[in-house]
Amino acid sequence: MTQNAFISVRNIDKHFGAFQAVNGASIDIGHGEFFSLLGPSGCGKTTLLRMLAGFEAPSSGEILIDGQPMTDVPPNLRPVNMVFQNYAIFPHLSVRDNIAYGLRKQKLSREKRYEMVDEMLDLIKLPGYGERRSHELSGGQRQRIALARALILRPKVLLLDEPLGALDKQLREQMQLELRALQQTVGITFVFVTHDQEEALTLSDRIAVMSGGHVLQIDTPRGLYEAPNSRKVASFIGTMNFFDAQVLGAEGGHFVVETQGLGKLRVPSAGRNLAPGDKVEVAIRPEKLTLSDHKPDQSDGAVSGELENAAYLGERSHYFVRLPGVEQPVAVSAQNSEGATSQVNANTHTWLNWSESAIVLIGKE
Amino acid sequence: MVLLSPAFGFMLVALLVPFGILLLMSLWTAQGFGFDTSLTLDNYRQLLERPIYGALMERSLSISGSVTIATVILCYPMAYYVAFHVHRNKMIWLVFITLPFWTSYLLRVFAWKVVLGYEGVINSGLMSLGLIEAPLEFLLYSQSAVVITLAHAWAAFAILPLYVSLEKIDKSLLEAATDLGDGPVARFMRITLPLSLPGVISASLLIFIPTTGDYITPALLGGPDGAMIGNLIQKQFGPINNWPMGATLAIVLMLCIAVVSGIFILLTMLVRRRIS
Repeated sequence: MTQNAFISVRNIDKHFGAFQAVNGASIDIGHGEFFSLLGPSGCGKTTLLRMLAGFEAPSSGEILIDGQPMTDVPPNLRPVNMVFQNYAIFPHLSVRDNIAYGLRKQKLSREKRYEMVDEMLDLIKLPGYGERRSHELSGGQRQRIALARALILRPKVLLLDEPLGALDKQLREQMQLELRALQQTVGITFVFVTHDQEEALTLSDRIAVMSGGHVLQIDTPRGLYEAPNSRKVASFIGTMNFFDAQVLGAEGGHFVVETQGLGKLRVPSAGRNLAPGDKVEVAIRPEKLTLSDHKPDQSDGAVSGELENAAYLGERSHYFVRLPGVEQPVAVSAQNSEGATSQVNANTHTWLNWSESAIVLIGKE
Repeated sequence: MVLLSPAFGFMLVALLVPFGILLLMSLWTAQGFGFDTSLTLDNYRQLLERPIYGALMERSLSISGSVTIATVILCYPMAYYVAFHVHRNKMIWLVFITLPFWTSYLLRVFAWKVVLGYEGVINSGLMSLGLIEAPLEFLLYSQSAVVITLAHAWAAFAILPLYVSLEKIDKSLLEAATDLGDGPVARFMRITLPLSLPGVISASLLIFIPTTGDYITPALLGGPDGAMIGNLIQKQFGPINNWPMGATLAIVLMLCIAVVSGIFILLTMLVRRRIS
């Protein structure tokens, strides 16, 4: 990736006074990639985006876009454009003049400019909106216009700062699909900042999970979900059950661990170097656990516990099972498909089953 | 409506009634030490016929126009600085900017007299530096003295509305303009200035309207060339003792200000539409 990275963020630090917003971030983003920076508020993702745009200068480190160092390039000359969190639609200009705003430097004729604006309005599915003013637009429309205003300049990179955060749930989901389709149509590299893990999973080719200024893990949505490299990543993306464990020994590409709650387990070593006696954690997703009212005949592992709580959520149900020696109840998620054993009563005895491949080994932090 | 009624009542007593009296009096004529209360447009006719009135009116409007332009241009950078480059204790800055206005208007006018006078700060300073042989006479008792003094006296009334309109501008709009390729000058012309126009308009009106009728500054610093319509009105009610003529002048002045302000507002609206 490093060789042909389109955007290369190299060892970036950013201090605001005594506060360190970004700490040694290194990210490579490929050409045409939909890349997300995901993390809770204050994790440094917006600061990193603003450094890509040029609004903040890194305290140390370097950013390259398309092979060019960006250190001395002011924001108005960078080959990037940004969609702001509040969209920043110019209130004194019409939609057409908003979209055409950045074209001024290209010295085009008025006809050519308007033609390009109309093309963009078609692309964002708002044809005929050119004469409107920003106060006549809904949140979703403003968002699209901010997008059009940036895309009309054909930037090498489009930066998006939580552009869907202000929209209601339904519109947000619709815009997610449109955004993804748009990105594939225009083929521009997108760098997308969000705190919404579901949004990041839906949209992105790859995601960098950030926390406290650090980049914790960079991977595809599937990679992050299936093989998180730390407890923080695992708990930030989806729900995860964690169990304390101790390594007993290695056995042909697997470690055998003794867990608190799930008993003795074999987990893939995934290239880790662990010695017997090392403290680790193992984790399993709620949907990879199944419940049964008697001990299953065929299963990689099973323990019995007390069903404490059940929540019916329509398409699926959540169950919480209390295991002896485990502080947190174990979350189990099951599809409420036709014929499924959804009739589980609280405070009954139940069995938890899993398959070995669903267990994830996480180093102790 | 209920909330408006105290203000409305006050306006009725303090504004509409006196205005009615003024209007009525302008239709009377002076007769010795009393009034001829028969209604006539005689005063208005006189005002049109005798060139002194028109000339003074014109001069007043042009002086206060210059004051307005000078004040807004001088205050805009100050307001801009506080709005965009001061991040802490903005209130203190604003208080400091308005500090000179805590002294009386009259005191400030006299202070300018000391600065601009024949043996004043500027003249004696320039003379001791050997830059001039004799004191500059145009400094005091001239229209420029009136413009300088009024521009300073009314600065606070420009800074505050300008500051408010600049402060209100969403900083992300400025970043968006930069992001879309604008350098600092283009960004100022295309975003900052048009969005601060409401402040420019209200600052202009706040200065233009009261300075047109001002009479203290021209009386003390204006000399014969710097006299304004306010001085004449004051004389009509004072030494000349022709109250109906004074009332007529006051009403015509009011009309002139209204017309000029109306044209100004119309023009800025057109400019605004042109920009966008």
